[in-house]
Amino acid sequence: MREWRTRTVSPAEWRGAARDLAESGARLAALWASGGERGMPTVHAAFFTGTGALLLSLPLEDPATPYPGLEELFPCAARMQRAAADLSGVRASDPDTRPWLRHNAWPAAYRPLLDPPLPAAADPPGIEAYEFVRVEGEGVHEIPVGPVHAGIIEPGHFRFSVVGEKVLRLEERLGYVHKGIERRFTELPILEAHRLAARVSGDSAVAFAWAYCQALENLTDVAPPARAAWLRALCLELERVANHLGDLGALGNDAGFAFGLAQFSRLKEWLLRACAEALGERYLMNAIVPGGVRLDLTNAGAQRLHACVTSIAGEVARLRVVYDEHAGVRDRFTGAGTVTPRLAARLGLTGLAGRASGQAFDLRVDWPCAPYTELPVTKIGSRAGDVAARVAVRFDELAESARLIERIIAGIPSGSRLEAVGLPPPGSLGMGAIEGWRGPVLVALEAGPAGTIRRCHPHDPSWQNWPVLEHAIIDNIVPDFPLINKSFNLSYSGHDL
Amino acid sequence: MLKTLRQIASVGIASEPAPGPDETLRLREALQARILAVLGRALCVRAVDAGSCNGCELEIHALNNPFYNIEGLGIRFVASPRHADLLLVTGPVSRHMEIALRRTYEATPDPKLVVAIGDCACSGGMFGEGYASRGRISHVIPVDVAVPGCPPDPTRILTGILTALAGRSPSPG
Repeated sequence: MREWRTRTVSPAEWRGAARDLAESGARLAALWASGGERGMPTVHAAFFTGTGALLLSLPLEDPATPYPGLEELFPCAARMQRAAADLSGVRASDPDTRPWLRHNAWPAAYRPLLDPPLPAAADPPGIEAYEFVRVEGEGVHEIPVGPVHAGIIEPGHFRFSVVGEKVLRLEERLGYVHKGIERRFTELPILEAHRLAARVSGDSAVAFAWAYCQALENLTDVAPPARAAWLRALCLELERVANHLGDLGALGNDAGFAFGLAQFSRLKEWLLRACAEALGERYLMNAIVPGGVRLDLTNAGAQRLHACVTSIAGEVARLRVVYDEHAGVRDRFTGAGTVTPRLAARLGLTGLAGRASGQAFDLRVDWPCAPYTELPVTKIGSRAGDVAARVAVRFDELAESARLIERIIAGIPSGSRLEAVGLPPPGSLGMGAIEGWRGPVLVALEAGPAGTIRRCHPHDPSWQNWPVLEHAIIDNIVPDFPLINKSFNLSYSGHDL
Repeated sequence: MLKTLRQIASVGIASEPAPGPDETLRLREALQARILAVLGRALCVRAVDAGSCNGCELEIHALNNPFYNIEGLGIRFVASPRHADLLLVTGPVSRHMEIALRRTYEATPDPKLVVAIGDCACSGGMFGEGYASRGRISHVIPVDVAVPGCPPDPTRILTGILTALAGRSPSPG
């Protein structure tokens, strides 16, 4: 089992410890606050250190005094700190004190993760003003977009400052789909909340459910049987293939090549139907449970999946040539929304988008859990950092996942699929980290008494990558935004919680 | 270009055949007839995510793939509620989306239909009601038909659209 190192520090040591980590090349995986013991809030920061992970905890003696912020060392910490202020009432020293996840649904003084429930308000909350950074100068104007977008997309608000068609600055305003997931976790039994985890971001159901179950298994010292681990990997790779197929089609469409959408969405439907026949669900929302998996793979199911994935891999290879040779598509993809490896490293770009910008990190390779320890994955990467690179990484990863799926089907061990999981000791904290299709998904789970949850923080890699999108669009034209945005395809629900 | 054409030719038509003994196909025929009877033109649909986990959106996207051929049935997704006959709403309604959802509903011309998609839209689902969630869609705007499922597959979404249309009398002409 993978070991999380832990370290508890004082406010005076906190920033120094983070600086040492930053200088050694560690990545900030997540930052959140919990109620902690004696009602004292604790700020936690999780780091991936290359071949391991470290959890840094900072108990706050006096929650009214701001703790030292990490935003200068790890820029992606800024929004996580603002979210912790909104939900747990702990404030960092960062001078940007604007709310992030809180718009107006609850009063600023209310701490949703600590305070007793508010009486239900009958009226919709009024709209609260938010101070966007203004860009001024001759010919500069603003384009507000959202929260309701023109396509079938999750809601969020984008504020563009433009001159003519050129984007000078984009500022995101997220939090529209904040529905109180973290508080909801504390109302569910710890042995059942994997179902909520699977619904943090519907496109990453397997990754979140697995990360949750891994955290719980880590707390209770349970290792899922080998067959269960292999079936989990099968589900995770199928989820990756399904999402990459969807994105590759949508990217073609956003480049004006509707042929791509028709082809790839056909292949995706094919895969979803094979999943439904072989594993019982189109999207594997209920596949992973504490101690193992709920589903099994029959011989007929294995054949069905194998045939489907093999044909898809063949068709995708052909379609890749079509994309590569299409002058119009190539023109739109190449050089659009570039994030250089240097900028990506500075901002902490992670996951698929990170790998397209020289950030060669993949949990399946660098810090593998079972079954990836015996199922070697080839890490995919590029240094170009543009839409074309994010497309190429998807193509390569899709082929690699197809290969893994074939290997899993061929080599899956027999045996049981479920290990009994007992109740974890109250107050213990367990961690789970899984390389989802978008990037590393993390779950921190703190047990309460008698099978309850004291605190659960699910973290989607979109937290790291949303701020980078603001940089990727600079100097591009407004009509390229949908294409660039889709090339990242970040989660709103997984971020807004 | 040659490869593009070869791919199109070798794939052929992915759309499933029209009427037949299969329940799914009868649904499609009935739906098309109903759309023509009620509207006499294509049904324009606006999808609104009022706070979902994005799972239902995946199936609404899938509904647009060639297997379901919804444009052939006379259904098109439009970019603005002002062009829509029907709203497909996923949820639960987050409190931060409540005003946007109300405004989207108000911007949709009468007579309008609302189909709530997914368990959360029907009942609040896993997320329920709380400090940040209003729960089911009908707590915020009137709902004609609620389609359960987590997520409901494209055929069930189509059934929901048909059911909503079935409640409408045919247009006088």
